[in-house]
Amino acid sequence: MIRNKLPAVLLAVACLSPVAAWAQTDTVKGIERYRELLADGNPAELWEARGEDLWKQKRGPKMASLESCNLGKGPGVVKGVYAELPRYFKDTDRVMDLESRLLHCMTGIQGLDGEAIKRTAFGAGTNRSDMEALVAYVTSQSKGVRMRVPTSHPKEKQAYAMGEKVFFYRGGPHDFACATCHGESGKRIRLQDLPNLLDRKDAQRAYTTWPAYRVSQGELRTFQWRLFDCFRQQRFPALEFGSDASIALTAFLAKNANGAAFNAPAIKR
Amino acid sequence: MADPMRIRATVKDGKVDVRLLMSHEMETGQRKDARGELVPAWFIQNVTATYGGRTVLSAQWGPSISKNPYLNFRFSGAKLGEKISVTWTDNKGDKRTDEATITAG
Amino acid sequence: MNRQQQRRTVLKAGSGMGLLGVLAAMGLLPAGEAMAQQQWNAGAFGARSFADAVKALGGAAPTENKGILITAPDIAENGLVVPVGVTSNIPKTESIAIMVEKNPNLLSAVFNIPSGTDPFVSTRVKLAESTDVYALVKADGRYYFTKKEIKVTLGGCGG
Repeated sequence: MIRNKLPAVLLAVACLSPVAAWAQTDTVKGIERYRELLADGNPAELWEARGEDLWKQKRGPKMASLESCNLGKGPGVVKGVYAELPRYFKDTDRVMDLESRLLHCMTGIQGLDGEAIKRTAFGAGTNRSDMEALVAYVTSQSKGVRMRVPTSHPKEKQAYAMGEKVFFYRGGPHDFACATCHGESGKRIRLQDLPNLLDRKDAQRAYTTWPAYRVSQGELRTFQWRLFDCFRQQRFPALEFGSDASIALTAFLAKNANGAAFNAPAIKR
Repeated sequence: MADPMRIRATVKDGKVDVRLLMSHEMETGQRKDARGELVPAWFIQNVTATYGGRTVLSAQWGPSISKNPYLNFRFSGAKLGEKISVTWTDNKGDKRTDEATITAG
Repeated sequence: MNRQQQRRTVLKAGSGMGLLGVLAAMGLLPAGEAMAQQQWNAGAFGARSFADAVKALGGAAPTENKGILITAPDIAENGLVVPVGVTSNIPKTESIAIMVEKNPNLLSAVFNIPSGTDPFVSTRVKLAESTDVYALVKADGRYYFTKKEIKVTLGGCGG
């Protein structure tokens, strides 16, 4: 139960255990069965329930609920909105993803402190993130809805193009880009298959299964967190929450998933 | 106060299927934090499910039950629209009770 | 439920609980004494071998029985969350315990199965490493067990 905190040396030895020596197919089949058994009773539901409360509760200095927040389909509408985000919002004259839009509503409608929200964007144990709970709730309301991220507005086109640039941008001490790991099929890190985000099927499967309850962390993690952690692994400067770069990269990857049914919050290793 | 449980109770042919999720850290007492200090054990020790005043399941748990625990069990003799109640107590004495209405399976 | 409501519920429940139970439930007793009021078998949960755990649960010389089924994956991607279900086909099953041989303390959970409840439970446990998982069943006063091996691909190996 504390194995993932063990020194790398022990882990390296453990990697030579019979498990690793198994025929790859048996391992893959076994892990598929494991995931199947986990699918029912996803603890992500606990985040969804808390998020729904946060959405409906009157909170903040303005004692207002988020039920007048417009996520793209009109004030208070949550059904299906995530399948069409990021998108252009006229009131801010900006392309926004779910997180930046929620931030906009929480500061504007509820009068909450945006910087404080950003500081606790990702929860850990008893330091919980309201943002993650809200994202869990809103995304759960798009389950089964086909992805239809728009690129008709010039600013949406611009965001997509910028996201593509970020995806291929090489930098950092390792001279890495997102594309280094996610630009070719058949790559993996140890046992983990890495999705080729330039392949339609892979891109769809990857994007439509975030947020996910991350078993290894006991936390619900959002797509925003996934990007944030990829940047950390690339040794890039931190991806600023709600920044244009973050929204653009999300727009690029979300649009590449168009046509697939959204299927999250999911559960992952 | 801990978060509410998620309880799903569905009945089919007189048999109730109960699935619940609890929000709890389930600390083993063997994990170290970032500063190298042991995180004290903190876990649910007792779970009791009742229906119409009778206990339909009771359990004692140790810290090796996974974080945000999941539990599934089945019992007979309950009706649609009636309520099942579940209570947990942890080793710090914290306690939580939630109810759910039995729906059609 | 706010503090006051909670207290009212406790007081209501308290009628059949005895004073100590009420005080413990209200958090007015030190943690140790509150715990003693709960049915929690510290000896069994502290056991470091299968035999000791069985003994602490009040059993002796359990026999292996194929009437007990463990539903679990052969391989777990992460040892922190491993689904384990147990079904007993032994008549008059009274309790089901789940034990993990290679955990520091073997016993994960004991479930009492009253009549009217199926002899089945499913939950998720932590496995420190690849190990045998035991299901111990008490039926009609006697103890039976079965076991299943589960391999764990460790967090580090799994990325």
